[in-house]
Amino acid sequence: MNTIASPKVSRRRFLQGSAATAGSLVVGFHVPFLKPAEAAEGSAAPEVNAWVVVKPDDTVVVRIARSEMGQGTLTGLAQLVAEELECDWAKVSTEYPTPGQSVERKRPWGRFSTGGSQGIRGSHDYVRKGGATARMMLVQAAADEWKVPAGECTAANSVITHAASKRTTTFGKVASAAAKLTPPTDVKLKDPKDWKIAGKRLARLDTIDKTTGKQIYGMDLTMPGMLNAAIKDCPVFGGKVKSVDEAAVLKRPGVKKVVRVGNSAVAVVADTWWRAKTALDALKIEWDEGPHAKASSASIAESLNAGLVARDAVVGNQVGNVAPAIAAAAKVIEATYSYPYQNHACMETMNATAKWTPERCEVWTPTQNGESALAATSEAAGLPLTKCEVYKIHLGGGFGRRGMTDWIRQAVAIAKEMPGTPIKLIWSREEDMAQGRYHPITRCKLTAGLDAAGDVTGLAMRISGQSILASVAPQNIKDGKDPLAFQGLNAAGPESSIGYTFPALMIDHAMRNPHVPAGFWRGVNLNQNTIYLECFIDELAHAAGKDPLAFRQKLMGNHPRHLAVLNAVAERAGWSKPAAPGVFRGLAQAMGFGSYVAACAEVSVNAAGELKIHRIVAATDSGHAVNPQQIEAQVEGSFAYGLSAALYGECTVKDGRILQSNFHDYPALRMADMPTVETVIMPSGGFWGGVGEPTIAVAAPAVLNAIFAATGKRIRDLPLKNHSLKKA
Amino acid sequence: MAKLNVNGKVRDYQADEGTPLLWVLREQLGLTGTKYGCGIAQCGTCTVLIDGVPIRSCVRTAASLKPTEKITTIEGLSPDGSHPVQKAWVALDVPQCGFCQTGMIMAATALLNTKPNPTDKDIDETMTNICRCGTYNRVRAAIKSVAAGGALKKADANDIIHVTRSAT
Repeated sequence: MNTIASPKVSRRRFLQGSAATAGSLVVGFHVPFLKPAEAAEGSAAPEVNAWVVVKPDDTVVVRIARSEMGQGTLTGLAQLVAEELECDWAKVSTEYPTPGQSVERKRPWGRFSTGGSQGIRGSHDYVRKGGATARMMLVQAAADEWKVPAGECTAANSVITHAASKRTTTFGKVASAAAKLTPPTDVKLKDPKDWKIAGKRLARLDTIDKTTGKQIYGMDLTMPGMLNAAIKDCPVFGGKVKSVDEAAVLKRPGVKKVVRVGNSAVAVVADTWWRAKTALDALKIEWDEGPHAKASSASIAESLNAGLVARDAVVGNQVGNVAPAIAAAAKVIEATYSYPYQNHACMETMNATAKWTPERCEVWTPTQNGESALAATSEAAGLPLTKCEVYKIHLGGGFGRRGMTDWIRQAVAIAKEMPGTPIKLIWSREEDMAQGRYHPITRCKLTAGLDAAGDVTGLAMRISGQSILASVAPQNIKDGKDPLAFQGLNAAGPESSIGYTFPALMIDHAMRNPHVPAGFWRGVNLNQNTIYLECFIDELAHAAGKDPLAFRQKLMGNHPRHLAVLNAVAERAGWSKPAAPGVFRGLAQAMGFGSYVAACAEVSVNAAGELKIHRIVAATDSGHAVNPQQIEAQVEGSFAYGLSAALYGECTVKDGRILQSNFHDYPALRMADMPTVETVIMPSGGFWGGVGEPTIAVAAPAVLNAIFAATGKRIRDLPLKNHSLKKA
Repeated sequence: MAKLNVNGKVRDYQADEGTPLLWVLREQLGLTGTKYGCGIAQCGTCTVLIDGVPIRSCVRTAASLKPTEKITTIEGLSPDGSHPVQKAWVALDVPQCGFCQTGMIMAATALLNTKPNPTDKDIDETMTNICRCGTYNRVRAAIKSVAAGGALKKADANDIIHVTRSAT
């Protein structure tokens, strides 16, 4: 028990506080997913190191700092720890350490932030070392007991063996002794080719409770004395509350309080959420709509159009001198594309439960970033970090939205008005639609020259529009440049590089930031940038009279990994042979979040203009593949999310506010729209790429290019629901 | 006291007139497996069965239900997750975030009860629940595996490796 960094924290207190589940014991309320046996054993189970707890019965608890929101990272990270630990996979379970413990112990688990497809690729090294270190300590403890060199002992399947003396013991038996040892510093990791647990198609660790209703989401929490809150923030971003007729709703049954939250929102607190919500609906609120009350989709489009031709822009990628290269071309092709605002629309709306006293503030919430949630709690509570704690609750979807902290601040502000009472704040779907952190709105003007042979002489891409960083982290914008604006379009690099070599190239960004707040939205800027580039490349191929695959291949000689995934989908889809009668194909490729992806879509459009997406063939090279069956799930899910955006996703602005309010006017893709997806996983080794996001980017352009092949119609602005595909 | 017949038991509850069944289940009866997603019968995450028929409990008032009408929620589908639909969901590792899945499972159960061998068209028309994670293809495969008596074609099962867990 030598691993507690802070002398103020007893081991027992840490164990009580470990995991969201056990953390709940500290405040003494019932959480149904904590099994009593686990709680009782908790205080006796030795922590070998920060990552690994081994119980006397050999069961292993792996601590996971990143958030599980469906992407499978909980299972994947546990696989990596277990691989190096050499434990029995059947005996592995997981728990979340809390951000407060991270502060107390000086961040032994590294970053909690779960975004940018970073869960595994951003922590694989220290997570595996955590497992390997624990294994070495367990082996050392056994060797010490047997008085033999540790080098003569081996560990496999939670059993330690000294072959020469034919002795064996188990992890559970030596865990207490191991925990007292000084951790080794020279820790070697396995070659991935020797993996036995990682790299396998293992079932997820968190499935069963999701099929029985036992899985607890933030929205499901309950605790003694808890009250419920519903909230309405000014629908016009930048507006304020002018007046509220509180008295009218305070008489309603169960209503306890009407709370002003900051200067822009009003919450109603009641015994049940339904009563809070209906009282809020009945509440008369007068708004000062502020400076943006006249903004509209048209005024925003006007601003972005000005950016398309503005003199000043920030350069993201440049090769040679593009203007003369295009001017000298035999043929010049030009097109303008646009991409709308979109809401994340997580199935579980934003929610948090907060309890505030002058001494301490605790928050239970589904968050993609426990650490920023803790910082937000501290600020909103007016208490130092050491007097605050955040317990992460399983997320009902995240997609980037839950990397923010706005709803957490609201919950704490409400709880502060009712000291000692736990307050569960749940956003209605309407609030969730109105108060998003939206996919940024951008436009792109592309100009290219083709020579007499149909080869590209130069390409110019002017992106105009919103910067996510300007909304969420303006301090990261240097010299007016948002580097994330060029996702997928960068010169060489391990994160998000362009897959083509042009004789001359200019990609620049004229930043235009409307008042609507932007946020990280699954796939981020790779989504629209890939549509712009991959659809325009398709336009160029057709203008040159060339096959879209061959046209791309010729430009991709210097980009073997980009090319390999593209070739893989073409081969699997049978590109060289015609599709079934009436079925047409489209291609797209991209590199982002450290991975290479490509897709071939097969679609048909009937005489009535109805689109059917029959089949998608997708390929992913993520370097290493920690759980291939979950990569397949992420690739399929990326098509659902990306095609939902392409077919339906659009938030429009009128009178300064978002017009869409629920799934009737912000539709999502459903079962009937979902194509079959064939996934080719082709890990080429030597790097770690993400899988949750990159594939979204190729969904729309592959389908748009297939639609062109089917109809001759080039759709340049989304969503598709705004267009007729009926043949003219 | 008003009464509802939920998962085989007649339960007392108190709620204001007009309170949707969803919120009575969640806030009065402690059955949080049924989820709130939209409140306007669009997303299906609140799906429960009434006498075997799937309904969206966010728009059906509790007061409109008589104690003779049998409500089944995800908690009442089986005592231990052993319903064939639940087993197929586990076998194919269907859920991602899982939030919509209880509603999906209830809708699939109702479909299979009326059409034990649903066609793709039946599935498309009946399974209108929204899943933002995009589990649709595994949902479809799971429904087909139940129709096939729990048998899984290798392609459907994706060769997922299941380990009998001894961890708590």
